[in-house]
Amino acid sequence: MQPAPLFCYFPAVLGTKREEGGIQIEVPRRRVLVPCQELAAAAALSSNCFRRYCLSESGRAELGKRDTYTNRKLGKGFSTMASYGLNMLNSTVNWVTQALDAPSARAVVFGVHIGGHYFVEGLLLVVILFLLSQKSYKPPKRPLSKKEIDELCDDWVPEPLIPSITKEMQYQPPVLESAAGPHVVINGKEVVNFATADYLGLVGHEKVQESCTAALEKYGVGSCGPRGFYGTIDLLPLDVHLDCESRISKFLGTPDSILYSYGLSTMFSAIPCFAKKGDVIVVDEGVHWGIQNGLHLSRSTIVYFKHNDMKSLHDTLENITADNKRAKKLRRYIVVESVYQNSGQIAPLDEIIKLKEKYRFRVFLDESNSFGVLGQSGRGLTEYCGVPVEKIDIITAAMGHALATEGGFCTGSTRVVDHQRLSSSGYVFSASLPPYLATAAITAIDMIEENPDLIKKLKRNISLLLKGLSNVEGLTLTSSPESPIVFLKLEQSTGSTKGDMEVLEEIAERALKEDSVFMVTSKRSILDKCRLPVGIRLFVSAGHTEADLTKASECLKRVSALVLKHRD
Amino acid sequence: GFGFQGYAPICLGLEDFYIRRLYLRIQDCFGRPISSAPDAWFDVVERYSNDNNKTLKRTTKTSKCLNLGSYNYLGFAAADEYCTPRAIESLKKFAASTCSTRVDGGTTMLHTDLEECVARFVGKPAAVVFGMGYVTNSAILPILMGKGGLIISDSLNHNSIVNGARGSGATIRVFQHNTPSHLETVLREQIAEGQPRTHRPWKKIMVIVEGIYSMEGELCKLPEIVSICKKYKAYVYLDEAHSIGAVGKSGRGVCELLGVDTADVDVMMGTFTKSFGSCGGYIAGSKELVQYLKYTCPAHLYGTAISPPGAQQIISSIKVILGEDGSNRGAQKLARIRENSNFFRSELQKMGFEVLGDNDSPVMPIMLYNPAKIPAFSRECLRQKVAVVTVAFPATPLLLARARICISAAHTKEDLVKALEVISGVGDLVGIKYFPAEPNKQHQEHGTIKLE
Repeated sequence: MQPAPLFCYFPAVLGTKREEGGIQIEVPRRRVLVPCQELAAAAALSSNCFRRYCLSESGRAELGKRDTYTNRKLGKGFSTMASYGLNMLNSTVNWVTQALDAPSARAVVFGVHIGGHYFVEGLLLVVILFLLSQKSYKPPKRPLSKKEIDELCDDWVPEPLIPSITKEMQYQPPVLESAAGPHVVINGKEVVNFATADYLGLVGHEKVQESCTAALEKYGVGSCGPRGFYGTIDLLPLDVHLDCESRISKFLGTPDSILYSYGLSTMFSAIPCFAKKGDVIVVDEGVHWGIQNGLHLSRSTIVYFKHNDMKSLHDTLENITADNKRAKKLRRYIVVESVYQNSGQIAPLDEIIKLKEKYRFRVFLDESNSFGVLGQSGRGLTEYCGVPVEKIDIITAAMGHALATEGGFCTGSTRVVDHQRLSSSGYVFSASLPPYLATAAITAIDMIEENPDLIKKLKRNISLLLKGLSNVEGLTLTSSPESPIVFLKLEQSTGSTKGDMEVLEEIAERALKEDSVFMVTSKRSILDKCRLPVGIRLFVSAGHTEADLTKASECLKRVSALVLKHRD
Repeated sequence: GFGFQGYAPICLGLEDFYIRRLYLRIQDCFGRPISSAPDAWFDVVERYSNDNNKTLKRTTKTSKCLNLGSYNYLGFAAADEYCTPRAIESLKKFAASTCSTRVDGGTTMLHTDLEECVARFVGKPAAVVFGMGYVTNSAILPILMGKGGLIISDSLNHNSIVNGARGSGATIRVFQHNTPSHLETVLREQIAEGQPRTHRPWKKIMVIVEGIYSMEGELCKLPEIVSICKKYKAYVYLDEAHSIGAVGKSGRGVCELLGVDTADVDVMMGTFTKSFGSCGGYIAGSKELVQYLKYTCPAHLYGTAISPPGAQQIISSIKVILGEDGSNRGAQKLARIRENSNFFRSELQKMGFEVLGDNDSPVMPIMLYNPAKIPAFSRECLRQKVAVVTVAFPATPLLLARARICISAAHTKEDLVKALEVISGVGDLVGIKYFPAEPNKQHQEHGTIKLE
């Protein structure tokens, strides 16, 4: 009787373990129970003998070994149930064998005789491969029926698009009726204006007006296209966009610069160009929203350090370099503002440079409020701290402050600037700056270079105002002595930002109504992550006279004393 | 650079592979400087290069070319007889910039007038204006949507919308371009599933579409999309950067053209750079929405106010479009841009070019497909005094390069006929007439006219 190759292979390959009566055969690799003698033999030969059996055509001869093997193992004894089962199985096996060894199951391929068992072996191989390629078993998910989805859609109630309007949301800022210079007309009355960041008094200046008018007459208002598609305007002999960029670089002493069409978008387009997921950015916690948004869009790891605290910066840098040993591919940045909008403090750039060189970071500096203000000739924080401008990797600034125009620029090495021309989203996908605003910027820079006394006047005004505000009741000064933003916060906070804002807004309102001095409180958006205290801001300008400054300090003293006494 | 040991390179090598190998060689097709106003005819500054296009140097020579690339839909780009004197007046009165944010000291009478004017023009109760269109999208979406919200945006939306959606923290899903049925499928699936992983119901759902897609020239299927959103209670955000002022019987945009009631669209956004010849962006919606935005939006609280001459230009151009300046120039401009676009598009199609976009849309991209044809088409057209815009990666997929034509109301019939001749000649040279031309129809037309 020929043994049944089918059954021989099954237990050995699939490794089933059945222990319901019968023999347990110990095979070199696995333990299987075989209900019939032939099977026992084949299983016993498995693993090591398996291959020999497969390969040899007359493998049946190997089975001769089985007897001694099974006899050795058969010391355990049979049960009657097992023998009955064995008999059944024997008959089935015989039938199958005969079927398999029928002439149809034999074939001759390329002169090689293929017996029936090869056919079965092939089939088994296919089955094995199929099972291996199946994914692990998951209970089938019943998809929701159309009716169920309809019900869910009907049930779902969205939140309203915006939360309900509260009283403070109905705040209306005062409406100006003339140009926003040092003196402005509000509601028919002339007031002293400390609410615009017009540091050098260039708003409404004749020269600037002249150049703007010429540009408006020649080019119209808008530029009607992004920089890549005919939006670059180049007035010969006096160039506009391309010349504005070279004018800025010449003034600052950097190789190249790039012009953006809006101040706020400068920072949040420049940062994602150079920082991607995985890079590390160390940033001061008091930076403004534009920088925060840029950091969020760059998806890098962000670490905050305490506001303007060099010790905290040093510790943070130490921690980061200690953590990240494989820092070869990581780009690391420190982001600071020169004069913080949220507190008026000036960043100590020389210390930052020392730290940067020690720990090998790159520095991103936002000079919006110090360009044209700090330094002997107005070149900004680098001049003020005596740091060569090449040591800062990227400098950005919004032009809506000292330069009395709109837009922003970013300056640095040629590589830095060229990279932005193609990958900065706020530059590539947005229309370019209107030409008359770019001409205003060029004229403003010309004026700064020609009249350095504007800067001296501004410094004098700042010190005068600070002297006058040195003993205001209930308000303390948080800004640095040289900063053009004079920032005063409440000495004793009411405990919540909302409460502080109410008190400060009352002070500002009364100052405007009663004393005709226009000052503003710092506003926070719900998206702003900055946690610095809110306060009153006064933007000093070179166009203010001494009388204006004394008026402002007197007014503030009087009004704050009144309001705080009232509150108590 | 000097002393950069120990620093990782600031620009990754992989990012600028495309720039070094492909873009730099065709750099002279992009960023061409002009030296006059971007009107129908303008002066393009000639440039040359000594180092195989790595750097380009400007010369003082210019050539007067036909402008088919600037976004000048109604012809307000150059000095206009009504708008420019008023802009100069406002410059004298309010100076070039207010140097302050809107909440501080930057709101002038002009700004309040402007917002009223825009709200009236668009057809909504109130509007708020920002200094730049890109920032409008990036700063508004994080306010309206937060974590737990769902944004469903069209697959070909503009970069500013994508940035704004990413900045908001909401989950983003994309639906197939301009396919309302797929939008419905996505909406049903998402509402049924809820938030990812927790399966809680979504807080709110917003669907963002554009009026005219700038790279396809197609109008969005607004009526179907609005009805689907109403059915599933999702909010609709419409970005009309290219369509406001350019389409519609009185220039009010896609809603007027397709007959959609503006009350059905929750938030309407647009920019003033294209049809109004100025700068800035706006959001129009209900009074409560605008009030809320003025209180919370970072672009309003931290960004400089829009420049006063720019604001005045917008007010004047809206007055011209609506006919409130006492003439019918506005109606003439609107009729002309419609005629020009339809004429140009049908002629191009007759010649055998593959032109995308719907009728009435002033944006028409001509497909080039092969990136190597970009410099050929662009340089040859420039040589024949027609300035076109070619768009390559990354604004479009790498193998779907196209040349984009923007028709303006300032183009006369002769200009368009000349442009057609030049483009047809260049098209033959470069080999982009992918469809068979239709010469027979023209002969037949002539035949019928003769008979009559």
